[in-house]
Amino acid sequence: MNDKGKIVAGLVIFLVMVTFPFWYNLGKAAPAPEIVLSAQAKAAGACVLPKAEIKTEHMQLLDVWRDTVVREGQRVYVNAEGKKFDMSLSNTCLDCHSNRKEFCDRCHTYASVDPYCYDCHIEDPKENDQ
Amino acid sequence: MNVKYMYSFLAVIVLFLIAYVGTEAVGLQWLFGVLIPYAALLVFVIGFGRRVMSWARSAVPFRIPTTCGQQKTLPWIRPNSIDNPTTTGAVAVRMFLEIVTFRSLFRNTRMKAKADGRITYQLELFLWLGALAFHYAFATVLVRHLRFFMEPVPVPIKLIETLDAFFQFGLPVVYLSGVVLAAAVLYLALRRVFIPTVRYISLANDFFPLFLIFGIAFTGILMRYFAKVDIVGIKALTMGLVTFSFPESEVLKGISGLFYGHLFFVSVLLAYFPFSKLMHLGGIFLSPTRNLTTDTRARRHVNPWNYPVKVHTYEEYEDDFREKMVEAGLPVVKSLEAAAAEKE
Repeated sequence: MNDKGKIVAGLVIFLVMVTFPFWYNLGKAAPAPEIVLSAQAKAAGACVLPKAEIKTEHMQLLDVWRDTVVREGQRVYVNAEGKKFDMSLSNTCLDCHSNRKEFCDRCHTYASVDPYCYDCHIEDPKENDQ
Repeated sequence: MNVKYMYSFLAVIVLFLIAYVGTEAVGLQWLFGVLIPYAALLVFVIGFGRRVMSWARSAVPFRIPTTCGQQKTLPWIRPNSIDNPTTTGAVAVRMFLEIVTFRSLFRNTRMKAKADGRITYQLELFLWLGALAFHYAFATVLVRHLRFFMEPVPVPIKLIETLDAFFQFGLPVVYLSGVVLAAAVLYLALRRVFIPTVRYISLANDFFPLFLIFGIAFTGILMRYFAKVDIVGIKALTMGLVTFSFPESEVLKGISGLFYGHLFFVSVLLAYFPFSKLMHLGGIFLSPTRNLTTDTRARRHVNPWNYPVKVHTYEEYEDDFREKMVEAGLPVVKSLEAAAAEKE
């Protein structure tokens, strides 16, 4: 039996599949997103946690906040520097970072993360208060 | 202590330490983040191609299908067209089911002696179940990782992520495939360690890929849920790899050594792949006992590269020795008279 033609065809298909990301991105530039700090965030100078920590652990901090507020009724968070914060996504985080599209969403979209926070938490609480 | 699995286990730990120390202490982010992954992919592509082509070149002079069902024969006996296929279409069905559901593994039996000395053969499905869980979880994890290699991330990939995180527990939301992958690999490895008969036939090159893949799953899970890493920096690196435009070295330096350990594991797996049992990925398509029609009785298969062989048939032999045979009283097909009559 001589099936060399079929085998080569299968091999070529496989190798194209393996190198698919190279073909898919051919001629495309996909720079890492630049996030924009709002004026309030710039003025505040520091976040709840140091930058490196808040960058990787904000989702777990928010999860702990949610549980603490909902289950224990405790609303005050004290960080390592002794500064006090209201444990609230809408009133604390989004107060400074009021530009969700240019701040939160850019990295979330880039990393294909779809947090369900925003299912309930409205985009801009100030706007909706009026 | 069994050197076969201890050495494999130690090898995996040493591999991780090489990458971790190499990036965290020595600062070789370029080596482990860019150069080694490229080299590994190159070895994988070339090695895989060469291995398959060496199979394509090897001789398959006749059909050696193994059958698990009634062959096509008399019209009143029902043939098993999938397990004993006589048409190319049925072979395609058998191959598809073999690749997608591992039917050969499903037939795994275990021999047991009963108390009264009788021997029984029972279906042994745990290997099949473990293999199914492992392969499908690994495939899902692999496809899911395309989010690091595509920008913007296409909808089907997002859909798979959503399905994988279907039960929405934990934060970041737990991907089922990762948990299943780690559990299945662990089962397949422990099976080789604890079942004496299986341990006896297990070699270091059976254990090494299992431990390596467990290492990949373990470091991946660690990065996602526990020791958090800079995901945007990682995607900048991985996108750099597929677009050949790398981020600045500060970004590379900002990524945890855990990630480089994970990436190094994957690189080692890719480079090791073409030289290992893992080549069953390509080999399954070329299994001669599965991918050939079982029409050995219905059709005569002549080796296509047979050259004409000089043969001396029985008839010719009898012509040479007929008189001596008759003299010795041996039976002959053609009598002396008939042969003489033919000559004239």
